[in-house]
Amino acid sequence: MIRGLVRFLDERSGTAPFVKKALRYVFPDHWSFLLGEVALYTFVILVGTGIYLTFFFEPSTASTYYAGHYAPLRGHEMSVAYRSAVDLSFKVRAGLLMRQTHHWAADVFVASIVLHMLRVFFTGAFRKPRDLTYYLGLTMLVFALLEGYLGYSLVDDLLSGMGLAIGYSVLMSVPFVGANLALLVWGAPFPGKAEFWSRMYVAHVFLLPILIATLLALHLFLVAARHHTQFRESRRTTEKKVVGVPTFPGYAPRSLGLFFSVAAVLFLLGGLVQINPIWLWGPYHVAQGTNGAQPDWYLGWLIGALRLVPNFDVTIGDYTLVPNAFWGGALFPLLVFMLLYLVPWLDRRATGEYGFRNLLDRPRDAPWRTALGAALFAWVFVIFLAGASDRVFVSFGISYVAQLWIYRVLVFVLPLAALIVTRRFCLALQESERLGQIRKQAEAEARGELPQTEQL
Amino acid sequence: MNALRRWAIALGVLALGRKQRRPRFADRPRIVPPGAPDPRAEWLVLGLLLGAAAAAAGFVVVYSFNHLSHQTQYLGLSLGLAFAFTAAALVVVAKRLVVTEELEEDYPVPGHPTTQEELEQLVAEGGDRFTRKRLLLTGAGAAAGALGAALVVPALSLGPFFDTDALYETPWRRGRRLVDEHGKPFLLDELERETFYTAYPEGADKEEVGSPLVVVRFEPSELHLPAGRRDWAPGGVVAYSKICTHAGCAVALFRKPTFRPVEPGPALICPCHYSTFDPTRGAKVIFGPAGRPLPQLPLLLDRENGELLAAGNFSGPVGPSWWGVRSKAPRNPS
Repeated sequence: MIRGLVRFLDERSGTAPFVKKALRYVFPDHWSFLLGEVALYTFVILVGTGIYLTFFFEPSTASTYYAGHYAPLRGHEMSVAYRSAVDLSFKVRAGLLMRQTHHWAADVFVASIVLHMLRVFFTGAFRKPRDLTYYLGLTMLVFALLEGYLGYSLVDDLLSGMGLAIGYSVLMSVPFVGANLALLVWGAPFPGKAEFWSRMYVAHVFLLPILIATLLALHLFLVAARHHTQFRESRRTTEKKVVGVPTFPGYAPRSLGLFFSVAAVLFLLGGLVQINPIWLWGPYHVAQGTNGAQPDWYLGWLIGALRLVPNFDVTIGDYTLVPNAFWGGALFPLLVFMLLYLVPWLDRRATGEYGFRNLLDRPRDAPWRTALGAALFAWVFVIFLAGASDRVFVSFGISYVAQLWIYRVLVFVLPLAALIVTRRFCLALQESERLGQIRKQAEAEARGELPQTEQL
Repeated sequence: MNALRRWAIALGVLALGRKQRRPRFADRPRIVPPGAPDPRAEWLVLGLLLGAAAAAAGFVVVYSFNHLSHQTQYLGLSLGLAFAFTAAALVVVAKRLVVTEELEEDYPVPGHPTTQEELEQLVAEGGDRFTRKRLLLTGAGAAAGALGAALVVPALSLGPFFDTDALYETPWRRGRRLVDEHGKPFLLDELERETFYTAYPEGADKEEVGSPLVVVRFEPSELHLPAGRRDWAPGGVVAYSKICTHAGCAVALFRKPTFRPVEPGPALICPCHYSTFDPTRGAKVIFGPAGRPLPQLPLLLDRENGELLAAGNFSGPVGPSWWGVRSKAPRNPS
C-alpha cells in the first residue's frame, strides 16, 4: 500500500526526493523550541473553531429585542450581532464549547507568540540569517493582537463596545490626521455606520487570517530554508553542523503529540473554564459602561498605559496637537514595536557582528542584550500590571490613586533596576562557570589525569 | 456453535497474532537504525488509543442529547480527553516505539555567490537595449506612483476623510426636552439631590455620542460653575455629556460623599481609565487621564410644568479629543 501510494504521488508530482529529504530533516531538541509550534497549532484550532462560529454568527448592528431562553436578557434591545452570539452560546449545541475554545485559543495564541519571541530574543536567534524570519514573526504578533481585538469587539456586548470606544478614541488622538482616519474606518462619528460591522467582520474572518496564514507559511519556509538554530550542547553541535532528531520516525509523533496536547488543553478549557460570559455583560449602548472592565490579557499593557498618563492635552491656541489618549494608546505600543523591529539592527551595531549565526547564545553569554531585553520587558510588564490596579483595589483595598502614583514611579525605576540586576546576574553566572571549570581542571590535574584543554 | 468457535478463534488471531514480516529490504543497508520491540509499550499505546476512542464516542453520545444540563462541560471534557489520550499515545510512540536517532546535517551554505552574480548579469543583459534608462525609470516611477494612487483613492469612500464637521454635531438645541430611556420627561421636582441620572434628547437617536447626558442635582449654593455659566443650572441641576473626553466610554460612575467633612467631594468617574470630573465645577478634571472637562449642557426650566429643557448646545464638542476639538463650537446637523 505504501509502495503504491508513493509511486502514485511521485509519478504525478515528482516529489519523492523532496519528501525523503523532508522526512529526514533534523530538529534540534530543546523545550523552548516548542513555543513556536504551540502558536502554530493554536492557530489551527482557531481557524477550525472560527469557521464553525461563522456558520451561526450574524455581523449586523440592526436593532432587535431578545426573546430567547435566557430570562435576564428577555425584552432587552440589542444588536442582531449580540443576539446571535448569545444564541450560538445557548441554543446551538456545542456552540458554547466552540466559542469558549475559540476565545481561550486566542489568548493562548498571543501568549505563545510572545513567549516564542522572548525565547528568540534572549537566545539571539534573530541574528543573520534569521532576521527576516524574526520580522515576519513580529508582524504576525501585530496582526494577532489586532485579530484578537476585532474578535471580541464583534460580539457587541458591553465590553466590546467599551473596547471599540477606546480604539476609536486612540485613532482619533493621532496628531493631524486622527479624526480623518477614525472617520474613514468607522464611516461616521462613533459608534459608526452599520457598514463598520461588515468591515470588522471581513477583517476578522478573512483579511487578517489570510495575512497571518501567509506570513506563517513564509516564516516556516524561511525556518526550513536556513534550518533551525541550536544550543552549543556538545562538541558535535557547531556553526556548520546541525544535530537533532529527524522528522520521521522520531520527531513526527512528538510534534503530533504536541498538537493533540494543545487541542486537549484548549478544549478542556473551553468546556470547563468559563471565559467571556457575554450574557452577563449585556448588550452595548453608547450611554452605558461598567466598573472593573478588563480587556483580554494581551491588551492589558495598553489599558495600563492609557491610565498612567497624567491629565493633559498638548494644545497650540485652539489647535489640539496631541490629545491625551495618543501617549498611552498609540505612542507607547508604537515605541515598543519599533524597538522590537530594530532589535536585529541594534544588535549588529552593538556587537559589530555581521556573520552567520547558527549557534544560540545562552542569555548569560550576552549580558548587555539580556539586560536591555529585561529592562524593556520590565517596562512593558509594569505598565501591564498598572492596567489591573482597579482590580487590585477591589481585591486588596489598596487605594487606586496611591497605586497609580507608585506605578508612575516604577515605570522609570523598574527598567533601570532590571537592567542592572540582570547584567550583574549574567556576569555572576559566567564567573561561577569559569571558576567551576578551573576547579575541575585543577582536580583532574591533582588526580594526575591529563589536563583538559578542550572547552565546550 | 462450531462456527461461533471458529469465528472467535479467527478474531483472536486477528487481534492478538503478531505478523511475521519477511524483510523486504534485507539486501539494502538500513536507513533507520534497528531497535528492539517493546510489547508493553505497544499494549500501552493500544490502551490509550482505546481511551481516545471511548472519550470521542462519549462526545458523540453527549452531543446527541437535547438539553442536557452541563452539556458544554461534558462536551469539553470528552473531546478534551479524546485529544489528551491521543496525545499520550503519540508520546509513548515517540519515546518507546520509534527509534530516536541523533542525526547530523550540514547547515545550508550561506549563499551562492556565482549564481548571485549570474542573476545580476542576467538582469543587466536583459536591459541592454535600453539607452535612456534614467528617463524611462522616471516614467515608470510616475506610472507606478499614479497607478498606486488610483488604486488607493477608492478607499476614501469608506468614510468622510476630509470632512470632519460631523464630529461637531449633537442633537441638542434650545428647547429640546430631556427624557429618560423610556421617553419620560425630567421634572425638576422629581430629581433627588446628589443622585445620578442619564438623560437623552427627546425624539433623537440614543446611540449617538452627542445624545446621552449625566444629570445631577445639587444645592445651588454648592455649585461653582465657570464664569458665564451662572444660569446654566436651574434649581441646581447640572447636565454634562456622558461620553468621556479621554477615550469615549460612558461616564457611568458617580462618587457621592456620605460624610462631607472627611470625604472627597462628589465626582463623575469613567470606569475605563478612571478620569474623574468635578460636577460642581463644570466637570473640571480632578484625576485621571482626561485632557479636558466634560462638555456642559445649559439647561432651562419650563416654569409651567417643571420640565427640564436644553437651553442651547454643549459648551464644547462631545466625545474623545482630536486635533479640532477646541477650534469650533458644537452645532446641530443641518
